[in-house]
Amino acid sequence: MKKNKLALFSAPYVLWMAVFVVIPILMIVVYAFSSAGGGFTLENFARIGDYMVVFTRSFKLAFIATAICLLLGYPVSCFLAREGPRFQRVAMMLIMLPMWMNFLLRTYAWMSLLENTGLLNRFFEAIGLFDLINGIFGTNLEYFKMINTQGAVVLGMVYNFLPFMILPIYSVIVKLDHRLIEAARDLGADSATVFRRVTLPLSLPGVLSGITMVFVPAVSTFAISQLLGGGKQLLLGNLIEMQFKGTAYNPQLGSAVALVMMLVVVVCMTVMNRFGEGEEQAVML
Amino acid sequence: MPKELIRLANCTMAFDGEVVLDNINLYINDQEFLTLLGPSGCGKTTTLRIIGGFQTPTQGDVFFDGVRINDVPPHKRTINTVFQRYALFPHLNVFENIAFGLRIPKTDPESRRKVKLPESEIQERVLEMLKVVNLKGFEKRAVSSLSGGQQQRVAIARALVNRPKVLLLDEPLGALDLRLRKDMQIELKRIQQAMGITFIYVTHDQEEALAMSDTVVVMDEGKIQQIGTPEDIYNEPKNAFVADFIGESNIIDGIMRADGVVEIFNRRFQCLDKGFAKDEPVDVVIRPEDVDIVPEGQGQLKGTVTSVTFKGMQYDIIVDFYGFKWLIQTTDLSPVGSRIGIKIDPDGIHVMKKSHYSGMFGDYSSYSEEYEEISDADYDPEAEDQEAEHEEE
Amino acid sequence: MNRKPSLFSRLMTGLIFLFLYAPIFVLIIFSFNNSKSRSVWAGFTLDWYDKLFHDQMILDALYTTLAVSVLAAVIATVAGTFAAIGFYNMKKRWRTPLMTVNNIPMVNAEIVTGVSLCLFFVAFFNLWGDFAHWVNGAFGLQLPEQLYLGFGTMLIAHITFNIPYVILSIMPKLRQMDKNLVDAAQDLGCTWMQAFWKVVVPEIKPGIINGLLIAFTMSVDDFVISYFTAGSSTANLAMRIYAMTKKRISPEVNAVSTLLFVTVLVLLVIINVREARQERAAAKQRIT
Repeated sequence: MKKNKLALFSAPYVLWMAVFVVIPILMIVVYAFSSAGGGFTLENFARIGDYMVVFTRSFKLAFIATAICLLLGYPVSCFLAREGPRFQRVAMMLIMLPMWMNFLLRTYAWMSLLENTGLLNRFFEAIGLFDLINGIFGTNLEYFKMINTQGAVVLGMVYNFLPFMILPIYSVIVKLDHRLIEAARDLGADSATVFRRVTLPLSLPGVLSGITMVFVPAVSTFAISQLLGGGKQLLLGNLIEMQFKGTAYNPQLGSAVALVMMLVVVVCMTVMNRFGEGEEQAVML
Repeated sequence: MPKELIRLANCTMAFDGEVVLDNINLYINDQEFLTLLGPSGCGKTTTLRIIGGFQTPTQGDVFFDGVRINDVPPHKRTINTVFQRYALFPHLNVFENIAFGLRIPKTDPESRRKVKLPESEIQERVLEMLKVVNLKGFEKRAVSSLSGGQQQRVAIARALVNRPKVLLLDEPLGALDLRLRKDMQIELKRIQQAMGITFIYVTHDQEEALAMSDTVVVMDEGKIQQIGTPEDIYNEPKNAFVADFIGESNIIDGIMRADGVVEIFNRRFQCLDKGFAKDEPVDVVIRPEDVDIVPEGQGQLKGTVTSVTFKGMQYDIIVDFYGFKWLIQTTDLSPVGSRIGIKIDPDGIHVMKKSHYSGMFGDYSSYSEEYEEISDADYDPEAEDQEAEHEEE
Repeated sequence: MNRKPSLFSRLMTGLIFLFLYAPIFVLIIFSFNNSKSRSVWAGFTLDWYDKLFHDQMILDALYTTLAVSVLAAVIATVAGTFAAIGFYNMKKRWRTPLMTVNNIPMVNAEIVTGVSLCLFFVAFFNLWGDFAHWVNGAFGLQLPEQLYLGFGTMLIAHITFNIPYVILSIMPKLRQMDKNLVDAAQDLGCTWMQAFWKVVVPEIKPGIINGLLIAFTMSVDDFVISYFTAGSSTANLAMRIYAMTKKRISPEVNAVSTLLFVTVLVLLVIINVREARQERAAAKQRIT
């Protein structure tokens, strides 16, 4: 009938997806299990063991960055939802606007801020911070070492992905039915209880999608660690990039790393969503 | 002699093997106001959509003016629809919503060329229609800025401006409040008579059906339960379902002892019904307003008042007769606990054949309409949508 | 949330915005710096803007960025609109798995999408090489036997990752649409094609425009996927910038970014002011 006729509108795209989404992903799987000659092998996965440090570092930094984004993003989303409509409109525009400036450039700008002779250190010097510290502790501090540290990489991640945490949380909180909060108050809940029992559980879908939207790019980035980590804080992204574009050309190993990373992320997200769904149901009951 | 306009012959509709309409036979006359009445999921909306051309019956035929129209798409039928919740186009204003159908180029039957109506005619017809539905001066308004009743009128105008032979109305008053609904019922009847066209009206509200229709079709479980004038349906219900669905009824098991004599609670009552077998078990309908309350000694039956509700025009009292509770409407107050007698005139008793609905309705032991709904865990206030959703899967 | 925002909440919001904008201000300020240094201010100049318009490499990259973004956004919007309508009208048991596949490029790490497409293109080029060689030999044709990663592959990659965003922004509009609208249009004499153009498209237009804008933004900003699919001969602005960061970024790039940023800022302000005005006008109409 006509329903099915309209369903056919998607046929070209279904074909497109098959060719440009499904087959390429399958190729990663195939490559991950292939040797350079083309035969089946598990050697690529065995070699991943050599890069365990990179795996742990990537997941650790991405985890820290996600946690910071959540700690900053959740309250800010709540604050914004409380403002007047005009304020909210402008604020949303201001949050999205930076995305229009290339993230590499913005990250590069952080380099000028964080360098040993960068703007921040000059600012600290100008206000006499180093003199003060040196005076108190008797040290000989001339600058804070900020660039090329793990802290700088985390900062870059938070900076780049914070909007991805704020936007989904904000859009859920702003749509919260205000009568629910009033009902909770009416039933005797204080602000803390309202937050714990009503606002937080209801905003959980936004939080979960925010976490996904921050964690996935953070764990797989290679540009941020390249720029702010100075190539010393090798992450999974860098490892993969090197296998495809760098000197260590080895797409089979790169595919294996990508596959393992993908699987770990999928497992994390599934567990988290399962946990989240359980929460929601508990609230419903 | 009224002329037959639409005929459904042996129409059956099944979605994924689930039968929604079961062998429907129905004809509709020209200029008739016909109502399809029934609870949600009874197949009334499906019947309407078959007539409108939005669904093709799995079996059976649809005739319009004697021509089979099973495969004629909706846009080629001279039938228009007023949809549930109106389905006004939010991106168009009132004028453009009404003009929508007029702006579609039509194929001229002789030259086979697409012709557009001249703008002046569109103007004229839309403004005329706005006058018919009492919305003069609203043409530039956004539909979202209108009240429910006004949107309803736009939906009617949008359908009628195309001068259809038949107007289909799918629960058109469902979203309006009670007062407005009563006003719109009168309005709709007036429009139908003024335009002189056939209205096919779908509702689950029996009062609405009785008030407006020439013919009422009561449906349940995908089958037609009864077709008749509002008076027929009310006074001569065919089975317990119809009796219960239309108005309030006490439905009691009885035995037909002879033509004109029915036995209830081992007492014989005079009635007007004939043609049953001797000693045939039957369902007996007694409407609450057909019962006269008399002093205990003079009654044909005697009982105890267990509950009294003041309803303004009358009292609804529940009376216990031998463990069976009746609803009686009376203007005289009998206090709770008092013993009363009742008398029933022969024309107040209606005898029906037993059906599979027997025993399911007509007992007022736990009387409260709303209570029934609330205490039923399966009761779904959105049940009306289920039919529509059904089509999706 | 009817409590008035406290001083603390305003302060925190303010600090977050400072954090988001500090590097951008630094960037803009240093596009006017009379020195190549990125931290020492040496006086005001417009030299970098002047140089920018003579730097063929940056202009090429800018052109590539805009060309890919416009093409990918338009193609993805058209394809995504049809796809969304198709998915919406599909039976659930088909729609659910297809939507899952559709979500892959959005959920997956960009680098995986980029790498997988890169592998796919290279493998396809190899197959094509053999095929073209055989065809040329057998039929005496002049098909190119060697294909390279470049503008075309980058465009395909961009379309692929843009369509899910278009579908994402159109789907809610379809769901909000009264299911009876299409029936109503047909009832009033439209064929289903006419109903599609006269009712469905205008109804979901905000979603389509939104999808187009998102797709364009994603494309302009994309670095990772382009990096793996554009090969070595083609580069968009982001790739050019990345290449420069390995040595030293020329302030010309600051200048071009500032120009893009200001353009977008002006556009957004215009759009927002217009929307606010329309809303106010609509509110007024409702009152009268």
